[in-house]
Amino acid sequence: MNSPRFNNFVNWILARFPLTKVWNEHLAEYYAPKNFNFWYFFGSLALLVLVNQFATGIMLTINYKPDSALAFDSVEYIMRDVDWGWLIRYMHSTGASAFFIVVYLHMFRGLLYGSFKKPRELVWIFGMLIYVCLMAEAFMGYLLPWGQMSYWGAQVIISLFSAIPIVGEDLSLWIRGDYVVADATLNRFFAFHVAAIPLVLVLLVFLHIVALHQVGSNNPDGIEIKENKGPDGIPVDGIPFHPYYTVKDIVGICVFIFFFSVVLFYMPELEGYFLEHANFIPADPLQTPEHIAPLWYFTPFYAILRAVPDKFAGVLAMGGAIFVLFLLPWLDTVKVKSIRYRGGIYKKALFLFVISFFGLGYLGMQAPTPSATIAARLLTVVYFSFFLLMPIYTRWEKFKTVPKRLTSNSSIGDRLPLIKQAISDITQDTVVTTKSGKTLHLKTPNPSGLRSASVDLAKKMKDSLD
Amino acid sequence: MNNSGVDKTRRQFLTNALTVVGAVGTGFVTVPFLSQMQPSVKAKASGAPVQVNLSRLEPGQLIRVEWRGKPVWILNRTEAALSTLAPLESELSDPNSAESLQPAAAQNSTRSLKPEIFVAIGLCTHLGCSPTYRPEIAPTDLGKDWQGGFFCPCHGSKFDIAGRVYSSMPAPTNLEIPPYRYIDDNTIVIGDNA
Repeated sequence: MNSPRFNNFVNWILARFPLTKVWNEHLAEYYAPKNFNFWYFFGSLALLVLVNQFATGIMLTINYKPDSALAFDSVEYIMRDVDWGWLIRYMHSTGASAFFIVVYLHMFRGLLYGSFKKPRELVWIFGMLIYVCLMAEAFMGYLLPWGQMSYWGAQVIISLFSAIPIVGEDLSLWIRGDYVVADATLNRFFAFHVAAIPLVLVLLVFLHIVALHQVGSNNPDGIEIKENKGPDGIPVDGIPFHPYYTVKDIVGICVFIFFFSVVLFYMPELEGYFLEHANFIPADPLQTPEHIAPLWYFTPFYAILRAVPDKFAGVLAMGGAIFVLFLLPWLDTVKVKSIRYRGGIYKKALFLFVISFFGLGYLGMQAPTPSATIAARLLTVVYFSFFLLMPIYTRWEKFKTVPKRLTSNSSIGDRLPLIKQAISDITQDTVVTTKSGKTLHLKTPNPSGLRSASVDLAKKMKDSLD
Repeated sequence: MNNSGVDKTRRQFLTNALTVVGAVGTGFVTVPFLSQMQPSVKAKASGAPVQVNLSRLEPGQLIRVEWRGKPVWILNRTEAALSTLAPLESELSDPNSAESLQPAAAQNSTRSLKPEIFVAIGLCTHLGCSPTYRPEIAPTDLGKDWQGGFFCPCHGSKFDIAGRVYSSMPAPTNLEIPPYRYIDDNTIVIGDNA
C-alpha cells in the first residue's frame, strides 16, 4: 500500500477531489458527544434501511411491470419464478415497515432530548420533510402490487384531496389521471415511487446531515459540547465520530439485522401488519374489501381522519397532525433540552402523547364502531393538546439544574450487581427431592418478593415522571 | 469600453430583462408539464353507456356493473324495504337530496325512476370506498335501529336503502345516482338519460 505508485495515485486524486477534507469534516474529525446511548442508533439505522430500499427496489424494477393488467401477476412472478425474487421482495416490503419503526424511534429521541431546539430547527425541518417523503414513498409503493388493499387504499387517499374546496375534484382527477384509480394512476405512481421521490429523498438526507454537522449533534444531557473546548479547539466532551461511533453503530446494525432477519425469514407478512392479507387478491374496482385499513405506520393518522365527522375537517385534522410536528421547535420554547432536567409536566405530557399515538395506531386498524370512534376522538384531542397547549403548560414547568459538562452513562458492568440483587429479591431457593432420591436446588419465584419489587418499580416509574 | 467606466445600470437592465423572460418561459413550460397528468383523450373517451337487462333481478338482489371504471349498483327493492324510507327521514342528513348528485327525475322520495329499482354509483361520497349492501334488519354490528341499507367499511358511513346518508357521518352527501333511462320495462341504459 505504501508503494510510490500507490502514493502517486492517491496524490493525483487528492489534487483533484477533496476526499481527505470530506472524510475529516464528517467522520474522522467530526466530534460527537461522548455520551450517546441506545436512542442514537436510529439515525445510522435509517441510512442503512434507505440503502436497503434503494438496492432491493432497483432489483424489483428489473422484473416488475407497471401495467394494471400485468402488475399483480408480475409481483407473483417475482415471488415464484425469479431466482431469489421472494427474498428481494420481502427485503423491500419488510424494509418499508422497518424504515418507519426506525424513523419513529429516531423522532421520539428528538422529543426526549430536545434535539429539535435551537440551533437544530433546520435539522428537524429537513427530517420532517424526509418523513413526509417517506410517507409518499410508502403510499405510492403500496399501489404497485395492484392488490385489493393497494387499489382501495389509493382510492381513499387520493379522494382526500377531493375534500379541498373548489379545486379538490380537479386536483384528485389530475393526480389519478382517470376518473377512478386506473392504469394511468399505477403508471405514474411507479414513476414517482422509483425516480422522483427517491431523488428528493437523497437530497433531503444530504441536507439533513449537512445541517446537523454544521451545528453538531445533541446528546442525552442536552448540553452544547461546543461551549467547552480544550486548548486545541476540540470540544472536551467530544469524540471523533470515526472510529468511535462508526464501531458503535456497527454493533447496533448487527442487532438490527438480527431482528430484521427474524421477520424477513419467519414472518415476512407479520400477521398482516407488514403485508395485508387482502393484498394477495387482485384489485377489483367493483368491490371494497370488508375491512380496509392502511398499513400500521399510517393508522394513527387514519384514526384521526375517521374520528372527525366531517369530510374536509377530517382531512384538515389528518394533515394538521403531521404539520404540527413541523412547528415543534417554536411550540416548545423551553431552553432546557433534555428530558433528564425537565419538569414532571413535560414528562407526563409526553407520556400521554405516546399513549395517544399508540392508541390511535391501534384504533386505526380496527373497524369503526361507535365506541372506537369516541375513543379515537378523545385520543385525537390528547394528540393535538400535547403540541398546541405546549406554550401554556410548559410555563409551570420546574426544571432541574442542568450540569455544565456531560454526565457519564452507567455501563452494563456497573448495573450487574443491581441486576443480581433484583433477581435474588424476586426468587427463593427451594430444595426438592426427586423420585429417584436426588436433591435439587431450584430457584422458584418468591411471591412476596415479586410483589414488593413491582411496587418498587411502580414507585420508581412514578418518581421518574416528577 | 469608454473612458467613464462600466455602465452597470445597463448590465442590471439586461440581467433583469433576462430574468423576466426566463420566468415567463418557465411559466409557459409548466403548462405541458402539468397537463400531461390530466386524463388522456383515451381515458375521457371510455365513458360509453352500459346496457343492463333486469329481467332476472330477484327482489332484494343487488348486482354490480362497471361504468366509467366505477361500480354501479342495481338493486331490486322489496315493498318492505321501501316502507322503511319515510320513517327514517328525521335521522338523515339530506333526506330530500337537495345537496346530493342525481338526475332531476330521480330526486324523489325513493331516489329512482321506478320505486323498486334503485340505481346508484357504489362509491361512498366520503373517500370513495364501495359500501357493502346490508339488507338485514338490526344485525349485531350495526345496532338494533338498523333498517337495512349500505355500510361503508372504510370509515363507517351509513346509508339507507335509497343511498341517503344518516346524520353525523363522515360522508357529506347521499350516494350519487348516475344518469340512466329505461329502453323497455326490463332494460336500462346507464350513462345516458336522453
